[in-house]
Order: sequence, then structure tokens, then C-alpha cells
Amino acid sequence: MARQSGRRPVWADLRRDWRLYSLLLLPVAFFVIFRYLPMAGNIIAFRRFIPGGSIFGEQWVGLRYFEMFINDPTFWQVFRNTVVLGALTLLFTFPIPIVLALLLNEVRSRRFKSFVQTVSYLPHFISVVIVVGMIMQMVSLNGTVNQILGALTGSTVNFIQDADWFRTIYVSSDVWQTAGWGTILYLAALTQIDNTLYESARIDGANRWQQTWHITLPGIAPTIITLLILNIGNFLAVGFEKVFLLYNPLTYETGDVISTYLYRVGLVSNNISYATAIGLFESVVGLVMVFSANAISRRVAGSSLW
Amino acid sequence: MRNSTGYRIFQVCNTIVLLVVVVLTLYPFVNIVAQSFSDEAAISSGRVNLLPVGFNLETYKVIMGDPTFWLNYRNTVVYTVVATALSLALTTCMAYALSKKHLRGRKFFVGFVVFTMFFNGGLIPNYVLVSELGLKNTIWAVVLPNAISVFNLLVMKTFFENMPTELEEAAAIDGLTTYGVLLRIVLPLSKAILATMALFYAVANWNSWFGAFLYFDQKSMFPVTMYLRNLIAGAETATSVGGGDDISQIASNVKAVTMVLTVLPILCVYPFVQRHFVSGVMLGAVKG
Repeated sequence: MARQSGRRPVWADLRRDWRLYSLLLLPVAFFVIFRYLPMAGNIIAFRRFIPGGSIFGEQWVGLRYFEMFINDPTFWQVFRNTVVLGALTLLFTFPIPIVLALLLNEVRSRRFKSFVQTVSYLPHFISVVIVVGMIMQMVSLNGTVNQILGALTGSTVNFIQDADWFRTIYVSSDVWQTAGWGTILYLAALTQIDNTLYESARIDGANRWQQTWHITLPGIAPTIITLLILNIGNFLAVGFEKVFLLYNPLTYETGDVISTYLYRVGLVSNNISYATAIGLFESVVGLVMVFSANAISRRVAGSSLW
Repeated sequence: MRNSTGYRIFQVCNTIVLLVVVVLTLYPFVNIVAQSFSDEAAISSGRVNLLPVGFNLETYKVIMGDPTFWLNYRNTVVYTVVATALSLALTTCMAYALSKKHLRGRKFFVGFVVFTMFFNGGLIPNYVLVSELGLKNTIWAVVLPNAISVFNLLVMKTFFENMPTELEEAAAIDGLTTYGVLLRIVLPLSKAILATMALFYAVANWNSWFGAFLYFDQKSMFPVTMYLRNLIAGAETATSVGGGDDISQIASNVKAVTMVLTVLPILCVYPFVQRHFVSGVMLGAVKG
């Protein structure tokens, strides 16, 4: 039936499949209105915007808002914070699930393995509000962390209000949230590795470590690369909601990131166009990074997302 | 298989490491449960860790006696049910249509959808759009903007693509239209994936707070996550923005009780649904 759909006239296909197309109507409307319209709405980065007026702004102002943030020292501060926080998060949250998956893979008892998996996936399902609530209770002056610290060193630290600790708290809680869930795709990839490879390696006298190094790791390498590309692409999109709930003016110095800054500029101080310009810059950099990571991995590793 | 001493030592160490992972994962939960049953004096003197100190149910009574808490809890349930139903309907329709390989323009639609995973309008244009559409202070402000998750859509599309086509073809010969095939043949065979998708959406909606923070002005419309957020931020109302500018004076046990009550439904269903989530992710990964 569908063999020659390429050659059939469009109206014939539309007539045959109009019921299928009708199913697409509302979902496509959703994407147009709530995904593509805001993209087009970024035009207000180049136009003056008046609240209550057109969502596409009133008059052209060129690159004025871009010049504004390039000359804004706070912007460069939050840009640096974003890069540092994103890099640290990637550095810690990316390899840990790989290690955890390899360790889980060595567990002999199925029951114990699935118990560890069940427990370690749990934080993934917890609202970021609760995660931040837990962090604050844990690191508060009377919380567990300070009790341990007090017992060891005799002094306590007001972590939440100390800019020097913001990154540590953010990254370690991120590890807590993502380490377990991140193992799923690796564990799936591990089951795909051909068992005969291990058998022949054993015959050749390879020990466990050599087997891991020469068979297991290459076996999950495509998964690692795919996830790395995705992670690099999302590198600047540090968890806005968590930073927003976790930071306060005392920790802006290290905690304030592009997205939280543009939130305050746009929705607290009402500089809508200026904040949009910052947001557009962030999205474009993100997009460029996904495409570059993908291109590099295609050339270097021969594996890519598309 | 050779079980050298080295390997046995490794197995022991491995078990210990994994047990440490389990303990570190569970400890924060145990800690807030212990605090929720403790009296405030014991918490503020730093004596509550694993077990409640000064066991009492007073804080639970206070929170459960707060009409705002129940109102917000009810709001969360309503938002979650409405949003999940809508998301499920839209996702199913689109995934089914896009799973048909002969559909002209299929590639275009898939690209059109996938592109939004990598580029989005951003916070401010989204805010402007929702405001200008007049959705502020209506349930639609939290329900519509995230109605379809591209990830869930791709998972479901993959599922439909892997379904055997014979039944559908036979049903079509028997005179069922596309709608009939979808409703009477495909959906009854897709209960597992529908349940998984419903759970994915329900958890996301249950946990969300930021839409309510942006678009709702009245406390009476807040979901329970916003109730908790305001306790944590020490803010009287959501309009005092800034995410926790003032140091919280609200008692730790009050926060602990609210956290326990908010997370409880998730913890109750979690052991039963965890498996489905995992298989959902795998299905998505086949394509992704």
C-alpha cells in the first residue's frame, strides 16, 4: 500500500491518512504554541518590549541588549560561575555512574544487586524542593554534617551562607541525585556484551582486571560517548531550580548562574528584553556545544547521535 | 572459573562499597523521618540523627490541622490528575501517528519535535507567552506548557513501532477506521506502556513547583511543593521572591513533617513502579 508513497500526489496521501493526521493536530499545535512560539519570542532580545503589548515587542533596537550584557561585569561573573559549576558537575556526575555500574556488574547475588539498584534509583524520583530541604537540614548548624565536623574538629561551618561551600554542596547533592539512575543505560549495555569474548579472554589467561579493561569498557564505550555528548550539550544548563532554591545573596559570588541571574533581571527587575538577550545567548551556546560535541565524536570515535 | 584470593578480597570490598552507597542514599530520608517525630529543642541542639529524640506526634497534628496545607495537597492531586490525563492523551495520539512508517511527512514531524530537545525558547519568552495568553492564575499555566515530553513521546513511538502489525491490518480489513484500530486494538495491547507513561508524567507533575511559583499569585492555588518551598525559603508568600533571602526561622520539625508528607505518596508507589520506569528508559534508549 505504502510502497510508492514518494510518487503519489500529496492529496492522495492526505486523503488516505487524514485520520492519522487528525491525531497530530493538537500535539503539533502544542509544539507550535509552547515550543516554537517562545523561540520566535526571542525576537524581543532585539526589540523593545512593553508588558501587555505584543509578545514580539514594539520597535527594533538592534544589538543594544547584547552590548549591555557584554559590558555588564555581573554577567561575566555569573557566566564564570555557570562554566565552573557545569564543569565540576560533569567531572563528578559523569564518571561515577560508570564506576557504579561496573561494580554492580560484578555482584554475584542477584537479590543484593537489585536491592542496591532499587535504593540508588530512589533520589531520582524526589522533587527538587525536597532534595533542597534535605540538603538544608543536613548541613544546617545542628544538622548531621556539622555534628560530625564538630566531633572531629570542634568547630562548625554555616555551609548554606558560605560562598566557598556552594559548589561542593551543589555537586555532591547532584551526585546523590543522579549516581544510581545514571547506571541504568550502562547496565543495559553491559548485558549486551558477548559472553564468548570473556571466555576466550580467560583461555588466553586474562585476569578480571584485564577483562574489564579490554572487553567491558570497550563494550560500553558507545553508550559512554552518547551520554557524554548529551551531557556536554546540557553543560551550561546547570540545574536552575536547584540553584534557585539553594542559593542566597550571601552565596551569589559562587552560586549565581546565568539562568538565575536572568530570572532576577527579567522577572524581578522587569528588564524583559535584556534578560531575553542573556537567555538567547545561553541557548545558542548550548546548541552549538551539542552540535560540536556530536561532530567531534563522529570524527574521533566514529559514533554520534545523528 | 578461577577464584583467586585477590578476587575474593575484591568481592568483599565491592559489597562494602555498595552498602556504603545504600546507606548514604537512605540516610537523608531516615534523618527527616526522625526529625519529623522529634521535638524542636532536640533538633536545634543537634541530637537527632537516625532515631527520633523526644518522640511526639504534635508536629504532624499541627501541619495536618493547617487548612492551607490540605488545600495545597488537594491542588497537587488535582493538577497531577488533570495534567497526566492530558499529557497521556496527547502523547499517545502523536506517538501512534508518528509510529506509522508510511505517513508522509513523518520525518519532518519527528525532526520538528526532536529539535525542541536541544533548543528552547527560554524562561522569559515562555513567561511572556503564558502571561499574554491569559493563563496566569489558572490551572492551565501549570498543565499546558509541559504537556508533552519529547522523551516520553519517543519511548511510546518506539513501543508502537515494535508492535506486530498483523492485528491492526486484520482489524482494518474488518472495516475499523484508524480511530477504531487505535481505541479497540492498539490501546488494549498497550496497557503496560500507558501505565509507565502515566507514572512518568504523574511523578513529574507531583514534584513540580516552579510553574506554580511563576504563574500563581494566591496561596490557595499553590501545590504542596510550593507550600514546602515557602517553608524552606522562610518566605511568607511566594511574592517575596529571591529564593530564600532571609534566614529561615521556621522550625526544622515543621519542615521535616511537610517533606515526609509530600514525599510519602512517591515512596509508597516507588517499590512497585520502579521496574516500569527502568524499562521505559531502556525503550527510549533504543532509539535515543
